[in-house]
Amino acid sequence: MILEMVDIRKAYGKNVVIPGLSLTVNEGEFVGVIGPNGAGKSTLFGVISGEHVADSGSIQMAGENLSGLDAAARCHRGVARTFQIPQPFLGLSVYENTLVSATFGAGLHGEEARESARAALLKTGLLTLANNGADTLTLLQRKRLELARAIATQPRLLLLDEVAGGLTDAEVGELLELIVSINQSGVTVLWIEHLVHALVSVAERLVVLAEGQIVADGIPKAVLDVPAVRETYLGSDLEDDEADSVVADAGGDDVRG
Amino acid sequence: MARPLMLTIMRLLTPTLEFDMLVFIETLINGLLLGALYALFGMGLSLSLGVMRMINIAHGDFIVLGAYLSSVIVMSTDLGPLASLLLLLPLMFVIGWLLQVVLFNRVVGRDPLSPLLLTFGLSIVIQNLLQEGFSADTRSLPAGDLALQGVELGGMSIGVLPLISAAISIAVFWFINRLIHRSPVGAAVRAVADDQETARLVGVNDKRLFAYMTGLILVTVGIASVLYGMRTPFSPASGPERLIFSFEAVVLGGLGNLWGTFIGGLIIGVSQLFGARIDTGLGPFFGHLVFLLALIARPQGLFKGGKS
Repeated sequence: MILEMVDIRKAYGKNVVIPGLSLTVNEGEFVGVIGPNGAGKSTLFGVISGEHVADSGSIQMAGENLSGLDAAARCHRGVARTFQIPQPFLGLSVYENTLVSATFGAGLHGEEARESARAALLKTGLLTLANNGADTLTLLQRKRLELARAIATQPRLLLLDEVAGGLTDAEVGELLELIVSINQSGVTVLWIEHLVHALVSVAERLVVLAEGQIVADGIPKAVLDVPAVRETYLGSDLEDDEADSVVADAGGDDVRG
Repeated sequence: MARPLMLTIMRLLTPTLEFDMLVFIETLINGLLLGALYALFGMGLSLSLGVMRMINIAHGDFIVLGAYLSSVIVMSTDLGPLASLLLLLPLMFVIGWLLQVVLFNRVVGRDPLSPLLLTFGLSIVIQNLLQEGFSADTRSLPAGDLALQGVELGGMSIGVLPLISAAISIAVFWFINRLIHRSPVGAAVRAVADDQETARLVGVNDKRLFAYMTGLILVTVGIASVLYGMRTPFSPASGPERLIFSFEAVVLGGLGNLWGTFIGGLIIGVSQLFGARIDTGLGPFFGHLVFLLALIARPQGLFKGGKS
């Protein structure tokens, strides 16, 4: 297995976001993560990527203990994440954004690094904008750059936080294709998304989080059939498109801590 | 202060004061050459401010420390001051690297006050160590023939040493600017300046980067200290004055803007020499005056601040 978290606890002061969570992810899996706002989804990603230090519990990646490692060291071991609100390096060009990842994340040098940085831009459709300043990008382009920058670190475990939010259906379709191809190249994907219909169309496993705990975990179809999941977190029938948009509207402000 | 100032202003306003074009141009050129050196002083400050958001109060004392270390190398080997750079610069790099790892990395990224206090303390420590080791007497680096040689240029005489200093300063600025804006390491440096947390997430080890950065900063300080020590005597207490010149160059040019710092240095240099023309003792005063006036006119500095 690539990720094994046991009894992870994370609190901010008296606010316990994750009281005790255990999660195991196998190499190559495509896991969707859903749950209401404040369920601790983004915090969970923060704990995996090393931005947040868990108060207790153990976290292992491919058998190696990550607990004492900072975010940079975890990146070197193959963890990469994107943010719901894209945060590219605005003072750098688009190309330089991925070049930093290729050089410092993937540990490449010279032409190899440049090639890898360009390849990440090509994959995400940003190559033509390579020399533009990252601050000139639109929101959608920034989301793509966020993804490109994560890919360029050559991750083994990719954590996606709401990459599809705010995109049109066509754009979501393109994005799904891209993420599936990344997954098929062997990268394990953990994806938080409020667009449940998009998520279940590609994820092979769905994890539902509520109040920092896993309330359902399994094949998407089965998970969505769990009455508690349907009622509490998804509101109504999922076959209905309206339900999806309700869920999408409900989300969107699960901010980074 | 009031009397010399009045005198100066009167002289400036007196029409009988002969305006000599040649003297004007000569002063301007010498001012620019001196300013290029001040710019080199400012570069280190500009970098630590732009990249690490850290103000180094001990910056001037590092400049003096570099000059003393060069002086020790010159006295204990056959090397001249310029050749002493070969030993001095690696030494300065190591000092900078160690300082960052042992001290500065503990305080950067927190509130701005901690680095300020730490380097203020460091400044006092360096000054006292220098005084203990080298006494309070002034000394200078032997420039030899270089100090006397000049280039005749249409009736003016421009010193060879200032010319060499300015050329080296420009070269260092060009190189550092290229490093920061045209290399992956430079991109990482700017990324950290942009968003330290996110830079870590894409694998940048910011603390290690800072250590190399401060090593590099002390290398530029080492170069500046030798070039300046060859033309101006120094003592353990000269640090704060060097710091002020550096600050003026950085602030004048717009915080964190490297070429802005260069231009800022030039302006301070030119102002000082024109001031000194009017009254020998008033050089630095005029530098400060121009700095203050420019700051009143453009509080954000003359140029757009950059991240590096």
